[in-house]
Amino acid sequence: MPLLENGQIVQDGWTLVEDGQPLPDGDILLPLSRLSEGLGRNGKGRLGIVLKPDERVSDLKEALPRLDLVSLNFPIFRDGRAFTQARSLREHLHFAGAVRVTGHFLPDQYEFLLRCGVSQLVIPEQSDLAVWQQAHERITVAYQPSVLNERPEGFAFRRFLTP
Amino acid sequence: MPHSPQPPADVGRYAYDAVDRTFLKQRVEQFRDQVQRRISGALSEDEFKPLRLMNGLYLQLHAYMLRVAIPYGIVSANQMRTLAHIARRYDRDYGHFTTRQNIQFNWIRLEDTPDILNILADAEMHAIQTSGNCIRNVTSDQFAGAARDEVLDPRVHAEILRQWSTLHPEFTFLPRKFKIAISGSAQDRVAARFHDIGLLARKGENGRAVFEVYVGGGLGRTPVIGVKLRDDLPEEDLIAYLEAVLRVYNAYGRRDNIYKARIKILVQALGLGAFRDEVNAEFMAMDRSRYRLQPEVVAAIRARFATPVFEDASAGTAQLAAQTKVDPAFAAWVGTNTHPHQQDGYCSVTISCKPAGGIPGDVTSAQMDLLADLADQYSFGELRITHLQNVVLGHVRKDSLFALWQVLSANGLGTANIGMITDIIACPGLDYCALANARSIPIAQKLSQRFSNAALQQEIGALRLNISGCINACGHHHAGHIGILGVDKRGEEAFQITLGGNSGEDASIGQIIGSAMSEDETVDAIARIVDTYLVQRKPGERFIETCRRLGAAPFKDAAYATA
Repeated sequence: MPLLENGQIVQDGWTLVEDGQPLPDGDILLPLSRLSEGLGRNGKGRLGIVLKPDERVSDLKEALPRLDLVSLNFPIFRDGRAFTQARSLREHLHFAGAVRVTGHFLPDQYEFLLRCGVSQLVIPEQSDLAVWQQAHERITVAYQPSVLNERPEGFAFRRFLTP
Repeated sequence: MPHSPQPPADVGRYAYDAVDRTFLKQRVEQFRDQVQRRISGALSEDEFKPLRLMNGLYLQLHAYMLRVAIPYGIVSANQMRTLAHIARRYDRDYGHFTTRQNIQFNWIRLEDTPDILNILADAEMHAIQTSGNCIRNVTSDQFAGAARDEVLDPRVHAEILRQWSTLHPEFTFLPRKFKIAISGSAQDRVAARFHDIGLLARKGENGRAVFEVYVGGGLGRTPVIGVKLRDDLPEEDLIAYLEAVLRVYNAYGRRDNIYKARIKILVQALGLGAFRDEVNAEFMAMDRSRYRLQPEVVAAIRARFATPVFEDASAGTAQLAAQTKVDPAFAAWVGTNTHPHQQDGYCSVTISCKPAGGIPGDVTSAQMDLLADLADQYSFGELRITHLQNVVLGHVRKDSLFALWQVLSANGLGTANIGMITDIIACPGLDYCALANARSIPIAQKLSQRFSNAALQQEIGALRLNISGCINACGHHHAGHIGILGVDKRGEEAFQITLGGNSGEDASIGQIIGSAMSEDETVDAIARIVDTYLVQRKPGERFIETCRRLGAAPFKDAAYATA
C-alpha cells in the first residue's frame, strides 16, 4: 500500500517479518516480541519495531537508539491510542527515527497524526493525495503546543500550522 | 496571519481576534467538505459519524440535532439573538438549554448544518466538541465573576482549557467523552465531583490560582463520586497535569466496551493510588516547559474579558426591601431567584425556564430575543446558561429588579421556583432521543403542574427533582434529591424512583427505592413522598436532610402505598 511521507508517496523499502519467519537481510520490521533477535542481527540492514496499541512505548527505551522505525497501528480510526504512543516516543524518548502508522485512519486525522510526531502513513490504494493535502492545509492555527514545536503565533498557546 | 487591533470585548466572555475568527471559518469549511465527502460516498456513515459529532451534530429519532457550545455558559446578548435567529430559520422556533450549559436545536437538516455553523462563526460561536469521544465543553459556575462567596473567577481558566482542548491532536479520539467542570467558589455549584475532572480553584501565593483536582466522577450507567487526585495543583502546571491525566486515560482506558470506557472505570480498576502513580510518572516524564502556563498567558487571556463597570447602586437595597414588603409574589421571586453579588446594590438573577406545566429548558425564539434585550438593559449585555437549564443575568441592580420581574412575568419567564421541586431537570427523552426507554417531558410537565402552587412549593422548600429517560442518565437522576428513571417494562414506558442524591460538596448518589410504575402512578407516588417529608421533617430540615436522617424506608412505604 502507498506510503505517505512529507506529503509525497515514497517507496517503502521495509520488509514486515511475521512471527516464525526467518530474518532476511535488508530493512526489516519485527514485532516487539522479536526485538532482541532483531538487535542481534548486526550490520545486515536497518531495524524497525511494530508496536501494538496495548504495548508500552517504554519497553523500547533501551533499544530505541538502534531503531530506525517504530510502526504503530490503528485497529479502527476511533481507537486513538497510537496518538499517545507516537507523542511519547517523540517527547519522552526523544526518538528521532521514523514513526509510522498503519491500519484504519482518516485524512481528517492527518494533522493530528503529524502533530503527535507521526512521519509516515500507510494509506489505502487509490487514495486521492489532494484530500490528504487539503486536510493538512485546511486549518492554519493550533491552540496547543505539540512535539513539532511549531512557531508560536504570539498569543497564549497558539501556534502557526503553516505547511 | 496579522494580529488585528484588539476587538471590543464583551463582559464575561473571551473576545475573539482575527486569528480565532479565521480558525472558526476554516473549521466550517472543513465540515462543509466532510458533508460533501459523505454525500459522495468518500466517507462511510461510520467514518462520518465521529466527524459530525465533533461538530455537534447528532442523529436523533426524527431528525438531526445540533448542539451549540456555550463555553462556561456565557453568551452575549448578540449571540443570544443569533441563537434565536437559528431557531426561527432552521428549527421550529425554539431551542433547548442543556445540563452542559449548551443549547440544542432538535429539528436540523444535515445540508443546512454548514450554513448554520457559518452563522454561528460570524457570532464567534461554534459546535466544536459538543459531542464525540473528546474533551467536551468546559462548564463553570453560573454565578462566576458575580457570586459573593467567590474566591476566584473560574472563567479565565475555563477559557484556557477551552482553547487547549480545541482540536487537541492527541485527545480527540479518546475511549469515551471527557467532561471538565471548574469552580472558583467555596460552594460547589458545578457538581465537580460528578465530572471526569472537577477543578476547584482557590487563591494561592501571589494571587495565582491553586486547584483541587477531582477525577473519575460521573453519572450515566455507573454513577460514581469523583475522588481527590490532587489538593494543591499550581496554576502553572494546570495544562501539564491535565495532559498527564488524559494521556494515562487515552493509553489505558477500556476500548472494548463503551459502557466501561469512561475514566471512572479506569480509576476504579487501577485504584486511586495506582492511577495517581501513573499520572505522576507521566507528569514527571513530560517536557513540562512546553506546557507551562505562564502568568503572562493567563493575563493575556484575562485581558480579553471585559468586566462590568458598576455604579453606586447601594441605595437599591433599601428600595428593594420596601418593594418586597408590599408585593408578596415579587418577594417570593426575589427569595428564590436571586443570588448575593460581590457588589453592593447588585444581585444575580436566575430566570426560570421551567414554567408551570412547561418543558424544562425549552425557550422560544421570542423569549431568546427578549432575554437578549433584558441582558442589554439590565446586565451589561451578558447572559449565562446554567447546568440546571435556566438562564442567569449576572449583574442586576437591585433597584431594577421589580421592573425586570414584571417584564419576565408578562412573558412566561417569571416563575419563582429556582431550587424548588418544579425547577425540574429533564433529558429530552423518548420524544427526541433514540436511546431513551421512556418520555421524560410529559412526566416532567405533569409534576410541574402538580406542584405549581407557589405556596405549596414554598412550604416544601429546597428540593432537586431530576428525570432521565434511560439509564444513560442525561437528566442526572442519581444526583437529584428525588430522581426518576425511565425504563422499559415489558414494552411499556415505566419509571423508577431514586432518593437521596445530591451534587454539592456532600455529593451522594440516589438509590432506587423499588419497582417501576406507570407515569401517573409515579406522579402520585412522588406526591406521597413529599407529603411524608412534610409530616416527618424537623423544623428547618430540608428534604435531603430528612431523607438522610430517616433513610428510604418511610418514603418507600409511602410511594408504594395504594390509596
